[in-house]
Amino acid sequence: MTVLLDPTSERSPTTTPRLPRPERLDGLVIGLLDIAKARGDVFLDRLDERLRERGIAVKRYKKPTNTRPAPLPLQQQIATEVNLVIEGLSD
Amino acid sequence: MNALPEDGLVAIVKRDCPTCVMTAPVLGELARRAGITVFTQDDPSFPDTVPGPVGDLDLGISHRLQIEIVPTLIRLENGREIARTYGWDRGEWERVTGVADLGRELPESRPGCGAKNIEPGIIERLKIRFNETGLRSRRIEIGGDEDEQEAMFARGWSDGLPLVPPTEERVLRTLDGTSRDPQEVIGLVPPALATATVEKIAINAVMAGCKPEYLPVVLAAVEAALDEGFAMHGVLATTMFVGPVVLVNGPVRREIGMNARGNALGQGNRANSSIGRALQLVIRNIGEGRPQEVDRATLGNPGKLSYCFAEDEEGSCWEPLSVERGLKPGVSAVTVFAGFGLQGVVDQKSRDPESLCRSMAESLKAIHNVKLAPSCDALLVVCPEHERTFRNAGWSKARVYEELYRLCEIPGEELVAGAKGIAEGGPASLAGRSVNKFRPGGLMIVRAGGGAGMFSGIIGGWSAGGPRGSIPVTKEVTR
Repeated sequence: MTVLLDPTSERSPTTTPRLPRPERLDGLVIGLLDIAKARGDVFLDRLDERLRERGIAVKRYKKPTNTRPAPLPLQQQIATEVNLVIEGLSD
Repeated sequence: MNALPEDGLVAIVKRDCPTCVMTAPVLGELARRAGITVFTQDDPSFPDTVPGPVGDLDLGISHRLQIEIVPTLIRLENGREIARTYGWDRGEWERVTGVADLGRELPESRPGCGAKNIEPGIIERLKIRFNETGLRSRRIEIGGDEDEQEAMFARGWSDGLPLVPPTEERVLRTLDGTSRDPQEVIGLVPPALATATVEKIAINAVMAGCKPEYLPVVLAAVEAALDEGFAMHGVLATTMFVGPVVLVNGPVRREIGMNARGNALGQGNRANSSIGRALQLVIRNIGEGRPQEVDRATLGNPGKLSYCFAEDEEGSCWEPLSVERGLKPGVSAVTVFAGFGLQGVVDQKSRDPESLCRSMAESLKAIHNVKLAPSCDALLVVCPEHERTFRNAGWSKARVYEELYRLCEIPGEELVAGAKGIAEGGPASLAGRSVNKFRPGGLMIVRAGGGAGMFSGIIGGWSAGGPRGSIPVTKEVTR
């Protein structure tokens, strides 16, 4: 028998439960997060239009760069201001 | 099992030690006059001058007594050690034993020999046996009928090639390569942002094939790659080709036998190959950064197995990159750069620096796409025969930088989308402006390679080069 040392971080498998999906969007505030990838704004502008047509409140956010996770203050701001977030991934 | 007496004299010896052999008659004398228990590390019949020497062949007694030199002579009282000496020194032996006139026929003193229990390979096994390794990682038992390599592949630890099994002995030996505490945290490894301790990094270094003396370089490379400025998460997650390229400067290059000359960027040197690989395994195993998961590379590049080389400082007329980047000469350092592949600069005819710079600049301008500027950072690896041209003309590195930047200014109209019949490119507003291929500081120059061949190389970078993406990071190598 050989004993090896675990090269991984040994994080026990954990799952983060998803938040329940909202039944409807009426009355909710929706955040649109631009991750600063090219043409992400085109996609989000169109969503913005469609959501506002339905009378849904929209707030816009933008990451300083797509290469890094959103800065903590921005994450916290989004979490306190909106009920759900839509972000445009990739270009 | 052997047991230590509660009281009296104890000696630890081995037949392989000439000083032990020399003192055998004295041990016999002590056995007669005071009583002594002699433990022998290699031959249980030695010394035949005492009745019944006790074999300590598994070295358990020696280890518990922390013997470093044989012979060692110890006096115990109520199970506690009250006096100790080692080697042969008449006065000392008389002090410890309380017996006068010992070994009159022997010289006054003679140094002993290294004890068997502290020999490399043995000390590690003893620490494991006595549960004093201090290693905290989970132990994974591989059954006797199981193939170790297959077991490691099955657990997803491998980059696709066989690994050196990270046994406790190997990891302990590797940790000897640094004075840093095994539990010291070097950083958080993306994408999982899991903690990289010196111990975890050493385990991955073992798997990569590193020798203990490479560990300080691996630690510096990990530290550099985890620096905020390097943006390792993005370097991993991008669809572009890049991975961390590790460049080593300073005396450590020669101490660990790195290759900075012929085939410096190629295969065949253990340090070059395994240090770069260790960094990648740290990202994979600690950070959980794996292809087709968070690593979204479209093509990747072969250097994502390992991309590590040393600068040829001895052959160069220029200051090493680490010095250019602010460290003192003679300090060992690692610079990580988010780079990919190698684009050759073949120029066998330029004999003056002006022509050679034009050659290099034209090649540099082609990185990513001739229509893109500024596009990315780049590491220009100048081969010796090209460096000679600059040296003979008395060109400093600063002058080469200046000239290359000047030549890498591109008329904006050439870069506009659609220009040259290529849809790729920038906005029409570029027309009438001049744009440089590189951001200030985005171009780095080192010398490496074999003595023959007018073939320099360009290691291209990531399109998100600079402070908004990844910047090269230099860290000192500490023991």
